[in-house]
Amino acid sequence: MSALDEFSKGIIKENPVLRVLLGFCPTLAVTTTAINGIGMGVATAFVLLCSNIVISIISKAIPDKVRIPCYIVVIATFVTIVDLLIKAFSPELNKALGIFIPLIVVNCIILGRAEAFASKNNIFYSILDALGMGAGFTLALFILASIREILGNGTIFGMSVFGGSIPPVLVFIMPPGAFLTLGLMIAGVVVIEKKMEAGR
Amino acid sequence: MKEILILLVSATFVNNVIFARFLGICPYIGVSKNLKTATGMGLGVIFVMTLATPITYAVDHAILIPFNAGYMRTAMFILIIASLVQVVELVVKKVSKPLYNALGIYLPLITTNCAILGVAILATQGKYSFLMATFFGFCSALGFTIAIIIFAGIRGKLEEANIPEPFKNVPIAFVTAAILAMAFMGFSGLVK
Repeated sequence: MSALDEFSKGIIKENPVLRVLLGFCPTLAVTTTAINGIGMGVATAFVLLCSNIVISIISKAIPDKVRIPCYIVVIATFVTIVDLLIKAFSPELNKALGIFIPLIVVNCIILGRAEAFASKNNIFYSILDALGMGAGFTLALFILASIREILGNGTIFGMSVFGGSIPPVLVFIMPPGAFLTLGLMIAGVVVIEKKMEAGR
Repeated sequence: MKEILILLVSATFVNNVIFARFLGICPYIGVSKNLKTATGMGLGVIFVMTLATPITYAVDHAILIPFNAGYMRTAMFILIIASLVQVVELVVKKVSKPLYNALGIYLPLITTNCAILGVAILATQGKYSFLMATFFGFCSALGFTIAIIIFAGIRGKLEEANIPEPFKNVPIAFVTAAILAMAFMGFSGLVK
């Protein structure tokens, strides 16, 4: 597979949220505003990039039986770094993402990529894979968060969209709206993929 | 007494782990295809969460807080939970064969269930006493179990329903969860 494919597969074809169906908890929980969605996406992408790099380097030295605990320790280290960085530089984002920053450690996307990709490939491909998957995750979160913010609050990035002429549908920034929007998005991706296959 | 009752209602229904806190969505969608697996997963979560919450709470208060090492919480807790699940699996296997047969295959999955780590962290943030933290863990797990069993019942019926092709399986599950979440919002006025 070429280098470009390794990068681009994570964005659409194997999008971690919309196609592989992993990492739902942060996806649903923090996407009340577009900014939070991007913040979570970038934080997760950073951890994914760092853990993929380290794991692709050390994977040959780790005995097979203890590999999962080792991966978890590596991931937890980078999550702690991100946690402290966000606390120091953006208390607002820290407040909005709350408990879901430490929970990046149990985000199945990261352990999944470590196990399925980084442990078997060299560092160059692992970086591309992490960048692609991270971009795909951030994109999915950004789209979901934008839909929810526009419909549920009438704003995007804090700016008013309809100028107050249409009252916001509050339920979209509440839990039911998260489930509903994500369900419709996954169904939408299925439709788009069918169309693309038919057009080929 | 009143405090216990309020915690029970608030942790189980009002702040339900699935519908209000968004913890443990992966197993909630993944193993809710039939009632039997959903019940097994639910019981497994009750078992592990009721054990994990007091242990992580004790470690937090005995080691991390006195040594001012709160930043180690994430790494520490996930290792405790991962090893706890392994120990539980071994003990259950040795002690009770029927229980192992019922819970066995779900136990490894529980390590990556973010509800366990999430509730453990919430319990340390919530200013609970040791016993109340344990009870909080149990109630949260109970809420998860109730949610997943109701959901599995509905999904069983959905199997026979005529669903539009793109919505089959996971998308319709999310739409169903949205309606259930709306129902659970009805509890929100009960306690603060």
